Amino acid sequence: MNRPRTGGPDDRPFVLVEQDRGALRIAALDPAAARGGLRAGMALAEARALWPDIETAQAEPEADAALMRHLAELCDLFTPLVALHARDGLILDVTGCAHLFGGEREMVWRVRRRLGMLGLASCAAISATPQAAWALARDRRNIIVAAGDEEQAARTLPLTALEQDATTTLALGRAGFRTLGDLADRPSGMLTARFGAGLADALRRILGQEDIRITPLRPAPEVMAEKHFAAPLGLLESLLTVLERLAQDIMAALERRGAGGRAFEVSVFRSDGAVRRITIETAQGLREAAGLMRLVRLKLEALSDPLDPGFGFDAVRLVVIRSEPMAERQAALDGNTEGQTQAGDVASLVDRLSARFGRESVQRFVMRDTHDPVRAGGSVPFLSSKTVALSAPREPDKPEPGQPPARPLTLFEPPQWIEALAEVPDGPPLRFRWRRVLHEVARAEGPERIAPEWWRCGNAAPATRDYYRIENAHGHRFWVFREGLYEDSLARPRWFLHGLFA
Amino acid sequence: MPSALMREPDHPAPGAQALAHAFSLARGALHEVYAGTEADSPSLSALAMMLGEASTGTDGRVQAGQQATLWVRHEALGREVGEPHPAGLAELGFDPARLLLLRARDAPSALQAGLEGARCAALAAVIIELRGEAKAYDLTASRRLALAARASGVPVFMVRAAAAPMPSAAETRWLARAAPSRALAAKAPGHPAFHLVLLRARNGQDGLQHHLEWNRDAQRLESRLPGHGETAPAHQPGGEPAAPLSRAVVAIPVHRPGPARHEPPPHRRAG
Repeated sequence: MNRPRTGGPDDRPFVLVEQDRGALRIAALDPAAARGGLRAGMALAEARALWPDIETAQAEPEADAALMRHLAELCDLFTPLVALHARDGLILDVTGCAHLFGGEREMVWRVRRRLGMLGLASCAAISATPQAAWALARDRRNIIVAAGDEEQAARTLPLTALEQDATTTLALGRAGFRTLGDLADRPSGMLTARFGAGLADALRRILGQEDIRITPLRPAPEVMAEKHFAAPLGLLESLLTVLERLAQDIMAALERRGAGGRAFEVSVFRSDGAVRRITIETAQGLREAAGLMRLVRLKLEALSDPLDPGFGFDAVRLVVIRSEPMAERQAALDGNTEGQTQAGDVASLVDRLSARFGRESVQRFVMRDTHDPVRAGGSVPFLSSKTVALSAPREPDKPEPGQPPARPLTLFEPPQWIEALAEVPDGPPLRFRWRRVLHEVARAEGPERIAPEWWRCGNAAPATRDYYRIENAHGHRFWVFREGLYEDSLARPRWFLHGLFA
Repeated sequence: MPSALMREPDHPAPGAQALAHAFSLARGALHEVYAGTEADSPSLSALAMMLGEASTGTDGRVQAGQQATLWVRHEALGREVGEPHPAGLAELGFDPARLLLLRARDAPSALQAGLEGARCAALAAVIIELRGEAKAYDLTASRRLALAARASGVPVFMVRAAAAPMPSAAETRWLARAAPSRALAAKAPGHPAFHLVLLRARNGQDGLQHHLEWNRDAQRLESRLPGHGETAPAHQPGGEPAAPLSRAVVAIPVHRPGPARHEPPPHRRAG
């Protein structure tokens, strides 16, 4: 758990101020200011009365939050389960991770050194429950609580450690409680009756009697392999070599589980604290390290800002974000994997194209069961897994034999306004002008009346449309519609071009 | 016109042979389809898909209707002529689920994606749709595509509306446009019809003209006369009036003998 502090440039007290209830108040302060009797929440005018020469700067909560997110990324180096807490806290679930860094003491030292390198002061505590560790670090105690000693460590904490609202804290203080130990000695039923269950819960968690896990920023990976380097690695090519070995490791792990990876993530930690992540998705389960490396290389080539080694890479991690069960494929005796090679080739083509041109560029068509032509079909990224959730995807209807196509090959969204002249008020247009070109209608069919799905469009339902298939003298075929029913609209009806036929 | 199509129409068998041969849209080759105006763009896309369908399964090894087609499309075409509509594809008889659409940012990436597809033997066809004049599509690029297509056996269709034909390594080059359809009852627009002129072919048969109509139910392009009673448009991109073709409705069978480029063109021996 870390608490970044802004160090003052010199010995003068330094505070950050923010506008609050019409006054400038101190949002954060440095140790010198704290020694001088200032505290957070104090009005700046009051502070200046105490210390006329204090230095101030505007607080930037958004920038702070961005910094905390960046630090969370950085701490990802130590454990995949990192959560943000309050405005200035990080909670790392280091269960089962400490031994990788030479024990808990060594690990805390490394985390704090890492933050120190960025010019941040920090406090850190390790305890059995995240709330206990948080309360201890908040109280500026850098301790590692052994299992079973949580209550002992937490008893001396002040009431503010409970992080209840001001009235509750005040009421507890007036009741004569000073530390959590005082509260812990009372039966919890009494506290619950007076202050609600929230207080008793908070107390139990800090005392280590109840453990709720943190909600990490990033979901826990299914399979993970990583490599920390003794000295920063300066060459991209060597990084890829290491990555290939990691890929072999995780593929072996996937094989043991009988699964194939659908989404992978490569995280590269640079020694200056920058973290780059590259996500790779595949169209079907992947279990070959060479295949994954090919996709990684394609993706790296396509990056708009290349992966810059800078002062070198500290560590690299390869994670399987999503996997699916994958049937073992038995190669036939002649080495052929019947039939599956065909689909397999297309899937790997999709992977290559998605890696090279971006996930959004490679698409497939989906159709929905609706009469609304706009909603009836569209294209979605090939690799998106959301298609199952689309409302009632359906097989295309078999078109009526012997009839020409009833729907256009391309659709304009939104429809394009055209200037049309109809022979009879409710008939097809005689001629129309689209993009400054006049088209004489030679053949027409219609109308096909399509009403909007009123249950989807709130109060202002769009007008019913009368669609016509028309063809001009040159053989170009169009799908146009007149907006609104003729008898309803007194004004001149508006015409639109919605699509083009082949 | 040095075509067997100009033979007497009472010999349908050689006519059919000749038409199939004229459409020697060999698998494993690059074919170009041009149009004079952007308005013909949807027709061109559809035509490329139809030709791809017609060239599938020539070797009898793989069944048509199983494989995916890669459709590489310049992103800007969506604004110019609309986004592809799956219901419309289904109405033309193509299974939207078998189409893989790639929206390319620019011509170079479209060509790169097309090349990647042309190397993948599991595809039924690759369709590359560029927008307007594209400098990136030069002799080298077309040669690359042609070589990749030959190696994998996948037909590649280069679709270019509103672009002037350029020298390239293509096997065939067509100038196509939408043709007036044969009206149905009550002057309703009929089946999609196209007019094609063969601008260039490796085997030297240029200048061929075809009026084709897409028969969705049989999944084939059928030759036909220009819509009866309809006059052909005044300005013909081909420059010459549409010549009457074979009267018999001749189909390009889906399963044809192997690619024509491997065998010498049939000729009559005298004596």
